[in-house]
Amino acid sequence: MLRFLLRRLLSGVLVLWLISVFTFGLFFVAPTDVPRLICGRLCTQVQIDLITKQLGLDQPILVQYWHFLERLFHGDLGYSYYNSESVNTLIASALPVTISLAIGAAVLWLVGGVSIGVVSAVKPRSFLDRSGTILALIGLSMPSFLIGILLLYFLFFLLTTHGMAWFPPSGYVSISSDPLEWAHHLVLPWCALAFITAATYIRLTRNQMLEVLGEDYIRTAKSKGIARRRVTVRHALRAALTPVVTQFGIDLATLLGGAIVTEQIFGLPGLGRLAVTSVIRQDQPVVIATVLLAAVFIVLANIVVDLLYAVLDPRVRLT
Amino acid sequence: MSDDTRANESGEALIEVRAAVKHFPIKQGVIVKREVGRVHAVEGVSLAVRRGETLGLVGETGCGKSTLARCVTRLHQLTSGQILFEGQDITGLSRSQVRPYRRRMQMIFQDPYGSLNPRRRVGSIIGDPFAIHGEGERDERKPKVQELMELVGLNPEHYNRFPAEFSGGQRQRIGVARALALKPSLIVADEPVSALDVSIQAQIINLLDDLQQEFGLTYLFISHDLSVVRHVSDRIAVMYLGQVVELADSEELHGRPRHPYTNALLSAASVADPDQAAARQRIVLTGDVPSPVAPPSGCRFHPRCPKAQQICVEQVPALKARSGDPDTHLTACHFPVEPGEDLTRVTATIPEEERAE
Amino acid sequence: MSADMTADSGAGPADTVDAARSTAPAGGGTSAAEPSSGAIEGRSPWQLAWLLLRRDKAAMISLGFIVFISLVAALAPLLAHLIGYGPTDQDRTNGITVDGLPVGPSSAHWFGTDNLGRDILVRVIYGTQVSLLVGVASTLLAVAMGVLVGLAAGYFGSVVDTVLSRAMDVVLSFPFLLFAIALVSIYGSGLGISVFVIAFFTWAAVGRIVRGQTLSIREKEYIEAARSLGAGDLRIMFVDVLPNLLAPVIVYTTLLIPIAIVFEATLSFLGLGVVPPTPTWGNMLSDSQDFYQVAWWFPFFPGLALLLTTLAFNLLGDGVRDALDPRAGRLFQD
Ligand SMILES: Nc1ncnc2c1ncn2[C@@H]1O[C@H](COP(=O)(O)OP(=O)(O)OP(=O)(O)O)[C@@H](O)[C@H]1O
Ligand SMILES: [Mg+2]
Repeated sequence: MLRFLLRRLLSGVLVLWLISVFTFGLFFVAPTDVPRLICGRLCTQVQIDLITKQLGLDQPILVQYWHFLERLFHGDLGYSYYNSESVNTLIASALPVTISLAIGAAVLWLVGGVSIGVVSAVKPRSFLDRSGTILALIGLSMPSFLIGILLLYFLFFLLTTHGMAWFPPSGYVSISSDPLEWAHHLVLPWCALAFITAATYIRLTRNQMLEVLGEDYIRTAKSKGIARRRVTVRHALRAALTPVVTQFGIDLATLLGGAIVTEQIFGLPGLGRLAVTSVIRQDQPVVIATVLLAAVFIVLANIVVDLLYAVLDPRVRLT
Repeated sequence: MSDDTRANESGEALIEVRAAVKHFPIKQGVIVKREVGRVHAVEGVSLAVRRGETLGLVGETGCGKSTLARCVTRLHQLTSGQILFEGQDITGLSRSQVRPYRRRMQMIFQDPYGSLNPRRRVGSIIGDPFAIHGEGERDERKPKVQELMELVGLNPEHYNRFPAEFSGGQRQRIGVARALALKPSLIVADEPVSALDVSIQAQIINLLDDLQQEFGLTYLFISHDLSVVRHVSDRIAVMYLGQVVELADSEELHGRPRHPYTNALLSAASVADPDQAAARQRIVLTGDVPSPVAPPSGCRFHPRCPKAQQICVEQVPALKARSGDPDTHLTACHFPVEPGEDLTRVTATIPEEERAE
Repeated sequence: MSADMTADSGAGPADTVDAARSTAPAGGGTSAAEPSSGAIEGRSPWQLAWLLLRRDKAAMISLGFIVFISLVAALAPLLAHLIGYGPTDQDRTNGITVDGLPVGPSSAHWFGTDNLGRDILVRVIYGTQVSLLVGVASTLLAVAMGVLVGLAAGYFGSVVDTVLSRAMDVVLSFPFLLFAIALVSIYGSGLGISVFVIAFFTWAAVGRIVRGQTLSIREKEYIEAARSLGAGDLRIMFVDVLPNLLAPVIVYTTLLIPIAIVFEATLSFLGLGVVPPTPTWGNMLSDSQDFYQVAWWFPFFPGLALLLTTLAFNLLGDGVRDALDPRAGRLFQD
C-alpha cells in the first residue's frame, strides 16, 4: 500500500516535471520578444537590456529553467510580465471562483447523472430510460459554449425581457461577502457545466448497472418479484460506483484547473479566465503557473482515484 | 549422455536436444525489477528425434512439455544447452539466422480456436508461410493453398471463409495445412488433439499418420494422454517436472515400464481400457505436482514416489539403460520397477517431511 | 477534452471504457456454423456488422446526415454561387438595418444575416468545410498516432512500453484546452495548427486503448504461430495484431470525430481557431455573442448545425459500437 503510494507519487512527480519542461521549452523557443512586450513600443534599447537582465532572459535556457525550479520549490511562482503582480496572488484570488464553480457543478452533475442513470437501468427501455438516453446524447454532443449561450438566451434574456429578472448574466460575488448572492450568480454556470458533464454519468451508471444486472437481473425480477429486485439493484449500483468514482475524480480535477469556456461566457474571474487572458497577453509566468497547477490537480486526482478504487473494489490489489 | 551415441547407432537424428535447461525468471520490484525466483520449466533434457519417426512426449500438465517444444522451435531461448538441427547447432542463432530453419520445422498448436487469427480468411492463414518466406506471387499462392486444403480434407472452395465458420476439427486441419505448406521435415505437434472431441481426435491422428507416410515427416508429438501417444509414437519420452524420466520404444514402454511415474501414468490411462485394467494394479499418485519454482532435491519424483528411499532425496538418478533392459530403454530411477512388482504393496522409506501428504 | 472539454464534451475515460469493451466483435466468437449453409458463405465479420448497423435506424439517419453535410461541404462554392452570395460578401442593401443590425430570415437571406450583413446560410455552409476537415483530419492523425504508439508499446513491452506509456500519461495529464490555447497564441492560429493541436491532445487516449488490446492479443496462440512461421515483428504487428484492433479503433474514431469538431469550434469560439473572416461555426457563434438579444438567428443556425453534426457522429458511433459488439445489445433481449 505504502509502496504503491510511493510509486504513484514518484511517477506523478515525473509527469509534472515533464510537463514543466515541455511548457517551459515551448515558451523559450516561442518567437516572442518578452522585454519589448513588457516595456512597450517606446522603450529605449537601454531599458530593454535592463529588463532582459532583470528577468535573466539573457541566460541559457537551462539556467533559466533552474532558477524557475528553484523559485518553485520555495513556493514562489514569479511575477506577471504584464502588471508585475505576484503570480501567487493572482492564483489565490482566482482559485476560490473556480472551486466554487467546480464544486457546485460537481454536486449537481453527480446527483443528477447517477440518479437518471439508475432510473434508466432499473427500467430499461421505458419512457424514462429513453428520455435519459436522449438527454445524455444531447449533453454529450453539446459544446460547452453552446449550452452557455442557450442558458443565457432563455434563462437570462427571455426571462428578463418578460420582467422576470431571476438570474444575473455574469459576475462573481464571494461567498464570504454574501452567500446567497454567491449562489445566485453561480446558478447558471453550474447548470451549464452540470448538464454536459452529467451525460457521461448517465451513460456510465446505466451501462455499468445493466452489465451487472444483465439477463440475470431481468430473470430474477420476473421470478422473484420486487423485494429481490431491490437487493439486486443495490448490488448493481455498488458495482457501478467504482467507474463513476474514477470518472468523477478526473472530471473534478480537470475542472479545478479552470473551466475555460464557462468562465469566459459567464464572466467569472476564475483560473480558466486568468489563463486565457494571460495567454492572450503572452504573460508567460502566469500561463506556466496555471498549466502546472491544472496538471497537479489531474495527477493528484489520478492517484486518489486509484486508492479509492482499491477501497471500493476489494478485488483490486495495489502493486 | 548416451543419447548421442544411440542416435548415431540407429538412424540419423533430425533434431537433437542436449542438456536443455529453460528457466523463467520471476521478477518483482518498484522501479528496478529484480529477480525473486525462477520457474525451472525444463531442467537438463537430452533427446533426439530420428528422421521419419514419431517421438511421443508425455507428462502431466505443467511439466514443461510446451516449453521444451518452444525451445526446440526456437520460440524460447534456452537458458543453457544446445539444439541441433541435422547436426547444425542452432541454439545461438539470431532471429534472421534461424529463419531458414523455420521452414524446415513447423508447429501444430493445441487450441484450434486460439491458434487461428479470427480476423483473417482461411486462405490467407494457410498461405501465411508462403508470404512470410516470400514464396510465389500472391496469385500463384491460391492454387497452392487450395491444394493444401484438399490434402488435409478441407473443401478448397472455403478459401475465403473465416475461422469462425469452421468446427474445431476442421480448424485443426487448417492448422495442419499451414504447418505443411513449406514441406517441412519436422513437425512439432503440441497437444494437437487434446482440445477435440474423442471422435474427432482419431480423424486428426489418422490424418497426421497419412501425411507422415506420404511426406516422410518426422513428428515430435506432445500429449498429456499416454493412450493417445501410444497410437502414434515409435518411441515415447515421459517427462516429470522438467526432466525426462523414462525413454523407450512405444511397445517396450507399455510392456515393461520401469519408472514408478510411468507406471502410475499407465495405470491411470488403463482405466479407460478394460483389457489393461484387469492386468495392471492401479497406482494412485499421492499429493500434487510440486511447484517448478522450488523443485524437490535429488529425484524430483521422490515426494510422490511409493519406492522412495533416502538416496532419492540426495542424488539425482541418471537417465540410462537399467539392468535387464535393451539399451534403447532409458530410465532415470534409483530403484526401477521390476516386472511383476506390485507398487501398491511397497512403502517409501523417507522422512515424513519429504513426502507429499 | 480537458478543462471544460472533458467535462463539456464528455469525452472522458468513460467512453474510453465503453469503446474498449468492444473487443470480440461479430464473428469472433466460437459459433462454428456448418460450412454447408451456403447463405453466409465467406461473409466477413465486417459484413455481418454492416448488416446489424443497417438495422439501426438512428445510426442510418445519422449516416445519411453525415453524407449530406459532406456533400454540402464539398459543393460549398457551387451552393454559394446558387444562393448568390460569397461567404464574406457584405450585403449593404438588404443585409443590414439602418442601425447597423443583422436582418432576420427573409427570402433574400433564408437564415438571415450577421452584424456585417453577411449571409448566414452561406457562412454556415462554408463552416461545414472547416468543421469536417478539422474534425476528420485531426481524428485520423490522432488515430494513426495512437495506433502506432499503442501497438508498439503493447507489442514490444518492457522498456518500450514503459517509455511510451509514460509519454501517454504525460499527454493525458496536460490541461488540454489551456495548453492548446497557449500553443495557438504563440504559434499563431490556422487550419493546420488546429488539426495538429487537436490530434496532439487526443492521440494518447487512442494509444491507451490500443495498448491494452495489444497486450491481450499478444498472448494469443496465433501470434505464436506466426512467430513460429518466421514472421517478423512488423508483419505480426500489422498483419496479425492490427486487424484484431480494428473494431475498437473504428468505434473510437467515430466517437472521436465529434470531440474534435467541438474542440475546433471551441478554439474558434475563443478566437484561436481558423482566422476570420473565414467562416466557422465557432467564430460565428462567438461573433453572435453581442447580438443574440436582437438577432436569435445569428447564433441559432450555426449552433444548430454544430449540434446536429456532433449528434449525428455520436449516434453513428453508438450504432457502430453496438454492431461490432453484439453483446452490448443483448442486454435488452428479454
Ligand atoms: N512464458 C512463461 N513465463 C513464465 N513461466 C512459464 C512460461 N511458460 C511456461 N511457464 C511455466 O513453466 C512450467 C511449464 O509450463 P509448460 O507450458 O511447458 O507445461 P506443459 O507441460 O506444456 O503443460 P500443459 O499440459 O498445461 O500444456 C509451468 O509451471 C508454467 O507455469
Ligand atoms: Mg502445453
